[in-house]
Amino acid sequence: MTWIWSNLDLIWDRTFDHLILSVPSIILSFLIALPFGWLAHRYRASRAVILTTVGVLYAIPSLPLFIVLPFIVGTSIRSPLNLIIALTLYGVALMVRVVADGLGSVDRDVQQSATAVGFSGWTSFWQVELPLAGPVLLAGLRVVAVSTVSLATVGAVIGAQSLGSLFTDGFQRGIQAEIIAGILATVLLALALDAVLVLIGRLLMPWTRRSAIGVVARPGAVARQEVTT
Amino acid sequence: MSFLTETLAWLVDPANWVGAGGIPTRLAQHLLFTLVTLLVAALIAVPTGFLIGHTGRGRGLAVALSGAFRAIPTLGLLTLVALWVGIGLNAPYVALTVLAIPPILAGAYTGFEAIDRKIIDAARAVGMSEAQIVLKVELPLGLPLLIGGLRSATLQVVATATLAAYIANFGLGRYLFEGLRIRDYGEMLGGSILVILLAIVLEGVFALVQKLVVPRGVTAGLPIDIRDGSSRSRPVMESTIEEGNSHVHSE
Repeated sequence: MTWIWSNLDLIWDRTFDHLILSVPSIILSFLIALPFGWLAHRYRASRAVILTTVGVLYAIPSLPLFIVLPFIVGTSIRSPLNLIIALTLYGVALMVRVVADGLGSVDRDVQQSATAVGFSGWTSFWQVELPLAGPVLLAGLRVVAVSTVSLATVGAVIGAQSLGSLFTDGFQRGIQAEIIAGILATVLLALALDAVLVLIGRLLMPWTRRSAIGVVARPGAVARQEVTT
Repeated sequence: MSFLTETLAWLVDPANWVGAGGIPTRLAQHLLFTLVTLLVAALIAVPTGFLIGHTGRGRGLAVALSGAFRAIPTLGLLTLVALWVGIGLNAPYVALTVLAIPPILAGAYTGFEAIDRKIIDAARAVGMSEAQIVLKVELPLGLPLLIGGLRSATLQVVATATLAAYIANFGLGRYLFEGLRIRDYGEMLGGSILVILLAIVLEGVFALVQKLVVPRGVTAGLPIDIRDGSSRSRPVMESTIEEGNSHVHSE
């Protein structure tokens, strides 16, 4: 405990490093996954190609990816950018399927009604399908957030600073408290980001809190996807 | 493109294919480690998951526990256990077994939960005992999701075993750390490629097995829609970290 109190500055610095790595990755993976998820949802041919690709991408272990990536995109191994790209790739791999599932969960009758009252494909996507798929997307994004925060620690073994540095440093110097502090900080950060996402979800989708009528958030959909990918 | 030639040179160098530090030995270590970890984790998680899935009890606890474990960074757990039990293989075994349990557990009980309640009621109505229901109805129908859980666990163990080379001298991960240390691009890239290939091959094998274990004539085994499949109420807007989404990279 004394270690934690006397090193709060260090923990705070590493938390900040960690945020720099994880927050952009989470946001980017959502933005990139949207069009790909839509493509996977919309066309049968693209679905097979996209879902297989993200499946394989997701199977790649993180440490080798961190090492191989610089040689492909030209980043430096230890740079935050290298990790952000890798973490974004994993986020996209998870999220694309969620977006496809989420859009697929929208009732066909609702889509047809939207078309019937004159929505074009584009406006129908933004104003009908996307909001209705919202709860599923949020559920997926929360998984992405937690796994990204956890995964970002791995970068520490190749020298990229994050809360994971507390693990490598604590291990090398034999300071148990440092590792425990790192674990606690990582879990707390994950919970905090998760809470932020839930809050954003409530602000953007006030109807989900009132009742489940019409929109049934299906955490099960994400769960199943996770187990079956 | 010199990196590419260095990598290829490293991969085809006969010296890297023999001895204690050779690719076959390291690969065997990696696979054996993965297998043992998964077996132990499965021995614990599968019966527990079946019990939860069959009775519907203890689900909240299992969900909460696996959610909590998922948030724990693997590297943190690995290094912490290593400080406790010392450098060597014991720490990775302990840490990775713990980490492999949640996905397998989730696969086991979600597999049971995804089954239409009517099928189980029917099995009970024709006079099957509870044990028969578990073994002859729920097990085969829930198998695809259980295999899915094993697949997630395998993926995670293979990946984390690479990371475990940070604290123990074993497995393909050694090439990565050694290459990084002595700035040997051929070795670190070659090792990385081997690990990536291993993960993708295992993923493919599991994908195939998952398709094969669906009982003939049963499409319900492929969980296309469980919205109205289970009579058990499903929470709305519940924390997703808690749900059975086991397939999360967290090594």
